Amino acid sequence: MSSVQQVLAAGPGALNRLRRSVWRRPRHGPELAWAIAFVVPYAAVFLAFVVYPVAYGLWMARDPSLYRELIANPLYAQTVVNTALFVGLGVNVKMFLALLLSGFFMRRRWWIKALLPVYILPWALPSIPAFVSFHWMLIGEEGFVDSVLSAVLGIAGPLWFRDRWLALGANIVAYIWKWMPFWTLTFYAGRTAIPQEIYEAAAVDGASGYRRFAHVILPLLGNLYLVCTLLSTLWTIGDFTTVSLVSEGAPSYSTDVLATLGIHYAFEGAQPALGVAAVMSALPVLIPIVILLMRALQTRETQL
Amino acid sequence: MSLARVSGGSVLRTRSRLRRVLIEVSSLVLVVALLVWSLTPVYNMLLIALDPDEGDIEFEGIIWPPNPSLHSFHAVVTQGYWLVEDFWRQFGNSFFIGLMTMFLTVLIGSLASFALGRTRLRQSWLLANAPLVTYAVPTSFLVIPFTRLMASYDLSNTLWAIVAANVTFAAPYAILILRQYATLIPIELDQAAWVDGASPVQVYRRIYLPLMTPALAAVGTFALLLAWNEYVYQYVLLSSTRNMTVAVAIAQFFNSDEAPLNYMMAAALIYSLPPIVIFYALRRYMAAGLTRGALKG
Repeated sequence: MSSVQQVLAAGPGALNRLRRSVWRRPRHGPELAWAIAFVVPYAAVFLAFVVYPVAYGLWMARDPSLYRELIANPLYAQTVVNTALFVGLGVNVKMFLALLLSGFFMRRRWWIKALLPVYILPWALPSIPAFVSFHWMLIGEEGFVDSVLSAVLGIAGPLWFRDRWLALGANIVAYIWKWMPFWTLTFYAGRTAIPQEIYEAAAVDGASGYRRFAHVILPLLGNLYLVCTLLSTLWTIGDFTTVSLVSEGAPSYSTDVLATLGIHYAFEGAQPALGVAAVMSALPVLIPIVILLMRALQTRETQL
Repeated sequence: MSLARVSGGSVLRTRSRLRRVLIEVSSLVLVVALLVWSLTPVYNMLLIALDPDEGDIEFEGIIWPPNPSLHSFHAVVTQGYWLVEDFWRQFGNSFFIGLMTMFLTVLIGSLASFALGRTRLRQSWLLANAPLVTYAVPTSFLVIPFTRLMASYDLSNTLWAIVAANVTFAAPYAILILRQYATLIPIELDQAAWVDGASPVQVYRRIYLPLMTPALAAVGTFALLLAWNEYVYQYVLLSSTRNMTVAVAIAQFFNSDEAPLNYMMAAALIYSLPPIVIFYALRRYMAAGLTRGALKG
């Protein structure tokens, strides 16, 4: 950090003289060749592991009758609803809570600072053991949650994975538990980058609490929030681990999402083309999100 | 008159003190709630792992281990049960995947972000956005064509296939964060070096990499945790026990009916340690790396 601050402290003023002479360098030449050489490793990864498999996948799922077969199965509509709920609720609740909690962690109390490392633990904990633990916690009356309910409140807890909505809720809660710390940390980082003077000016003008949040924090962090939400939505639509380990699609495939359905079809049902078709059917949603994301990143660059 | 003002002031003061106390109390409550929220699943893992029973576990609705024992940890560490007989080898496999993913993501990501942010290529909007296209097709969607592909690249059932998949999905985010962080480093520094006759490799090694350290640490941690969290590719691509990772072995326990859960949870807890240690070791850099990348577009 300090090295960066030194760089910044030196400032561009002293170096302005250099700029002019440098800009007159020929536009093409060894530098462009070098630049391309630097991009080659990533370009190779991109071509071999993104472009080729995507093209291959689209080719596998090229037959329109696959999509008719897919939609004819009532399981598909149910899965789409599940995916929309899982992603819509999961991402938005997680992001909003993360934004609020990042403000809480800005408070200068030693016990709040001490909480931060513990709070981040779910992100550092690998998802497989964490979600397996969630599964056993909710397994029924022998599970930890129901045991606590009966020991403390004296009530019999529900059978979480026998009910579609409870199981879906369990998936969403486990997902939020796992990923909220990462985004809280990102927003926390974003908040610390806001100059202290802005908070002070707002305090002088009498803005505090809700008004400070609405008129100071949101405008400054709005675009960051948008970018993070879009990115997280893209990642969550493809999330296989949560549902496959927490509810396992129970009861009887009624909590499956597109990612788990596609993999069921491809590897357990031995219908790879149908599996690809199931997951590719999300493309009409995914592509607009990517375009929005690119535009949101673009505005950020022009702002500064 | 003055008396009234004084008493009015003291009422205000008590009210603001009351408000402050209320805020403190509610934030304490929130701290306790967050502690419970964050630690409950971990506590549940410990509860199961500390159960002394071998073989089939019967839950009796316990919320506290009646006779805690480290027996299951001992069994996992000494590979004393058929499902954990390759534990350390599988642990090594997980390590190999995690560290290779970390190293290659940092290397490829920093090279690409250097080219896209600090050379003539930075004017290219198309090149700068191409990595994001990766996320149009999320990880678990690509896994089906990927398995076919890995057969044609002759990488089926190898750890490199997993590393390739992880790098593919970590690199776009890495490039995004690194490019944003790099906007903090004045381009004039590079230009001064060009004028002095430095080669691009020298600018990259002597100026770019050292100044980017916090962001590189952030991106490296991200890649490591991505690899350690990844499950679907390992599940689909790794079939033999010896090439398996701990993640898949744990999931195998999960799918086997007679598997002792306490061994599984003990293995899971041991598996969780390395990323936690690495994460906390790099945390200081990490916050700084994300900070700057976050707001400065």
